[in-house]
Amino acid sequence: MVVNSVHWFRKGLRLHDNPALQEALNGADTVRCVYILDPWFAGAANVGINRWRFLLEALEDLDNSLKKLNSRLFVVRGQPTDVFPRLFKEWNVTRLTFEYDPEPYGKERDGAIIKMAQEFGVETLIRNSHTLYNLDRIIEMNNNNPPLTFKRFQTIVSRLELPRRPLAPITPQQMHKCHTNISENHDQLYNIPSLEELGFRTEGLPTVVWRGGESEALERLNKHLDKKVWVASIEHPRVSTCSLYASPTGLSPYLRFGCLSCHVLYYNLRELYMKLRKRCSPPLSLFGQLLWREFFYTAATNNPNFDRMEGNPICVQIPWDQNPEALAKWAEGRTGFPWIDAIMTQLRQEGWIHHLARHAVACFLTRGDLWLSWESGMKVFEELLLDADWSVNAGSWMWLSCSAFFQQFFHCYCPVGFGRRTDPTGDYIRRYIPILKDYPNRYIYEPWNAPESVQKAANCVVGVDYPKPMINHAEGSRLNIERMKQVYQQLSHYRGLSLLASVPTIQEEAEPPMTDESQTSSGPDSPPKPPDVDTAGCSTAPDSSTMGMSSFTVDNTALEEASLPQNEPPTTISSTSTDPMTGQPKPPSPMSPSANVAPCSGRSNSLGPRRKSLTRKARWNQRQRGRQNCTTAVKEDRKTDEESRDITGTSTITRHVPRKLVDETYHPAPVENHDTQSHTPQKAAYL
Amino acid sequence: MSEIVAPVFAQFSFLNRMKRGVEPSEQQDGGGTSDAVKKKSLKKSQKQRRDVHPEEEGALYWECLPQEILLHIFQYLPLLDRAYASQVCRRWNQAFHMPELWRCFEFELNQPASSYLKATHPDLIKQIIKRHSNHLQYVSFKVDSSRESAEAACDILSQLVNCSLKTLGLISTARPSFMELPKSHFISALTVVFVNSKSLSSLKIDDTPVDDPSLKVLVANNSDTLKLLKMSSCPHVSPAGILCVADQCHGLRELALNYHLLSDELLIALSSEKHVHLEHLRIDVVSENPGQQFHTIKKSSWDAMVRHSPKFNLVMYFFLYEDEFGPFFRDEIPVTHLYFGRSVSKDVLGRVGLTCPRLVELVVCANGLRPLDEELIRIAQRCTQLSAIGLGECEVSCSAFVEFVKMCGDRLTQLSIMEEVLVPDHRYGLDDIHWEVSKHLGRVWFPDMMPTW
Repeated sequence: MVVNSVHWFRKGLRLHDNPALQEALNGADTVRCVYILDPWFAGAANVGINRWRFLLEALEDLDNSLKKLNSRLFVVRGQPTDVFPRLFKEWNVTRLTFEYDPEPYGKERDGAIIKMAQEFGVETLIRNSHTLYNLDRIIEMNNNNPPLTFKRFQTIVSRLELPRRPLAPITPQQMHKCHTNISENHDQLYNIPSLEELGFRTEGLPTVVWRGGESEALERLNKHLDKKVWVASIEHPRVSTCSLYASPTGLSPYLRFGCLSCHVLYYNLRELYMKLRKRCSPPLSLFGQLLWREFFYTAATNNPNFDRMEGNPICVQIPWDQNPEALAKWAEGRTGFPWIDAIMTQLRQEGWIHHLARHAVACFLTRGDLWLSWESGMKVFEELLLDADWSVNAGSWMWLSCSAFFQQFFHCYCPVGFGRRTDPTGDYIRRYIPILKDYPNRYIYEPWNAPESVQKAANCVVGVDYPKPMINHAEGSRLNIERMKQVYQQLSHYRGLSLLASVPTIQEEAEPPMTDESQTSSGPDSPPKPPDVDTAGCSTAPDSSTMGMSSFTVDNTALEEASLPQNEPPTTISSTSTDPMTGQPKPPSPMSPSANVAPCSGRSNSLGPRRKSLTRKARWNQRQRGRQNCTTAVKEDRKTDEESRDITGTSTITRHVPRKLVDETYHPAPVENHDTQSHTPQKAAYL
Repeated sequence: MSEIVAPVFAQFSFLNRMKRGVEPSEQQDGGGTSDAVKKKSLKKSQKQRRDVHPEEEGALYWECLPQEILLHIFQYLPLLDRAYASQVCRRWNQAFHMPELWRCFEFELNQPASSYLKATHPDLIKQIIKRHSNHLQYVSFKVDSSRESAEAACDILSQLVNCSLKTLGLISTARPSFMELPKSHFISALTVVFVNSKSLSSLKIDDTPVDDPSLKVLVANNSDTLKLLKMSSCPHVSPAGILCVADQCHGLRELALNYHLLSDELLIALSSEKHVHLEHLRIDVVSENPGQQFHTIKKSSWDAMVRHSPKFNLVMYFFLYEDEFGPFFRDEIPVTHLYFGRSVSKDVLGRVGLTCPRLVELVVCANGLRPLDEELIRIAQRCTQLSAIGLGECEVSCSAFVEFVKMCGDRLTQLSIMEEVLVPDHRYGLDDIHWEVSKHLGRVWFPDMMPTW
């Protein structure tokens, strides 16, 4: 039987380590590599010109590489669901191959195509190569939930077998066996569109900083490895001023588009480490960036609402402000804070910014200063950032805005101090905001504080030539830290004075290991089993102070425990334990001296179980999703109709944390600590 | 359908379809909690009865539920579920309106243009004011950043004439929108509550234009009952205004205000014999303009405070530039919780170790590029109560950090250190420091990480 293969490129724009493409070639009589693109949608989509340029360059490079193999890239205009039936018939296709797309949207789209291919009698072969690990396996190993902390994720990964070894590039011999005639008018029918065709205006387009394509990616990989050897700190590079600039060794956009295989990078790093350190197994921290990427992919793969707050079970519901004007100032680099504006300018011009710069602008937009939703920032990144993956982008934004993943929120980057710390001279500012170039170092991060004479001498008067700061950072961060505290205290049911204890303790680490017991204490990331696994969240008595104000906390929190507020005598307990006669308050917080007596009693105390149930809750929600979705494992070769419906049909409604409904209706809040106690102890408290 | 039930449904109609999702999760997670247990046991007892008796008798059973049990159950139900239940029969409908169920209410006032969150339905607000305003005791208003929402809150406040509130909270969830209202408008609404509610006990009015005369009204009507007052960043209040409150309200136990309102006189007033022990004092130190000069508080005033209320907590949030710390931490200060929201110098942190013997929690958002080794070790030595520490943009050598943890031991219940803070040295690298720290803490510990992407 004749085998006519079509390999469908989406991400994974490369010929090296491309398992699905290898499947296409395997025993085939003809093979065609297609990329499907809808120019009509291109202009409308929320994707900026730099990202399009990168993509087109990557396609160009792919086409060139295929030419060398006596083949070509077929860029087909249209939507996949319209294009494929046509191609199936026209080319008499019998086999369709593509790389597995773990993102919910991709799974849905692919489900439809698989179904369609079946109807046409076309065999579909799908291979996982965009991520190092099989994400469903990670989820399975974490009791069918995606891990919610990076640490937990690392622990699981350390118990997995090593990722698949990369495959060799496609060889001319392989291609020769399934040689496909290229028609005379190939360039008319299947050419790569220009930016103009996609509706972009290209005059005045700055020169490209990140050239797209596999060839560039492989060159960069070599430089990247050389540099690692050179700086001799391959695990934990320290950040310096030059880290802020686009580096010729940067790889993230290439991983995003799959111009570089993450498996190739992984094994190159591993081998380099073993060569240099002469140790048998490298620490996980060596693969920091790669693992963060996997972490967010895992968290997102079964959560179609991963990119929004509403209906997203892992996202804390935070009462963000809406303010289009402020958002525009941020997005266009007109905040009046040179550090923020320089970063946003670099992002817009070049399409990449350093991860610390991402932290700075994301913190500024959300919990630090402007108190605007992370979703709006994520959309701007999606438009401008070359390496913006759906999962990684949304995940990072949730992380940086403290909307998920249980981190401390106290750490708020100062739009003046953080920049100065990273680049004391301010040359980075001068490069991206030339109007400030003559400011002395002392004022370049806060030009509004420069005396008028200095401003005039520098030919840039604040308020005239450069905007005044749009917000008073001290005041803004004061307000915002309070807001965050409100949100998180509600989440953790913590009422004490401690800022740090406001963040719920996630119990993931404390869970018993799931598979290989022998490895638990030998892995590089698992410390010796401690006497008491998690006392971080323990607190002997909730505080009476804020507890009096318990109803004042913001309670639109997704992770909030539904049933808890109602029967939360602990809240009142602490007031009851305040003897109004003697006025002797109970220790107010876990931080208080007397709480030190038995700090390890966390598990049995009043707060412990509550925090646990919070986690349990989150986990339960995930488990539900897991159940619905785990069938869509990577054995997609034979994905049935049912399964594909399963992907699409996971109803958001059932997953929407129903607690929200409770939160909005029931107000737990027996606000009154002192009074309630004297009369009706428990009843009054909840009425 | 009762006239109040309709607005409840109106408010939640969009959520009705989600209702199904509620039940399994509650069962799953409420497992250890008493309300779920109650629900379950109730179900169980019903079931058992059904096993014994014919169906009809089982049906009779719930109708005979004593009112107080019904009330008890209703307490645990969200408003929407109570509204559903109220349609079952007349008795349940009566139960729905029992005053006990309307003591506590939170008004959420949001505009679609400025918030992502739902607002309390206007009809529901109307009905509550009409039927249940005299039952309200614990009331809070959450407003988004729009002026309209703050105005709406004031409108409701000024209608609360026939109720006696025990707690009132005005909470800006985004920007301080009450500040945008004309002062007179806000004050007249607020004083309605002060005058009509004679036993106000807790009042949270941070970021509002409350002023001295309105505090006088508060004192005149509620001095015997007031226990908690939170008024951080209320620019129209003067030190004299808050002093008047402290002088008259001897039951005041918790107070939050900005540093410019803090005076020696205030501390003396709070530590007078007539005054109850203070439990919490929260001070926000915010600089309005760079280079601002701050007044000092005498050590003797703090000493008086500690003598009077030996266990009181002093929580201080600093939002200052490094050069503005001059007057602080020169003398011993009884601070227990210390938060540096901006960069703080190595020098000041060194002083903290010398002057804050009661320190329980220390959070440093940022510091310079020089390691804080000696400062931390000194804090570990001198601050024997310290049990929580958070470090953001700072630097500490791994060895010094391990030493710090070793000295504090397992009393460090909260230890949040960004990974970048720790500078590897000859003794410890980043990949092994968590072992050492975990060992001294007696539990698993890792530094905090940020995504590197």
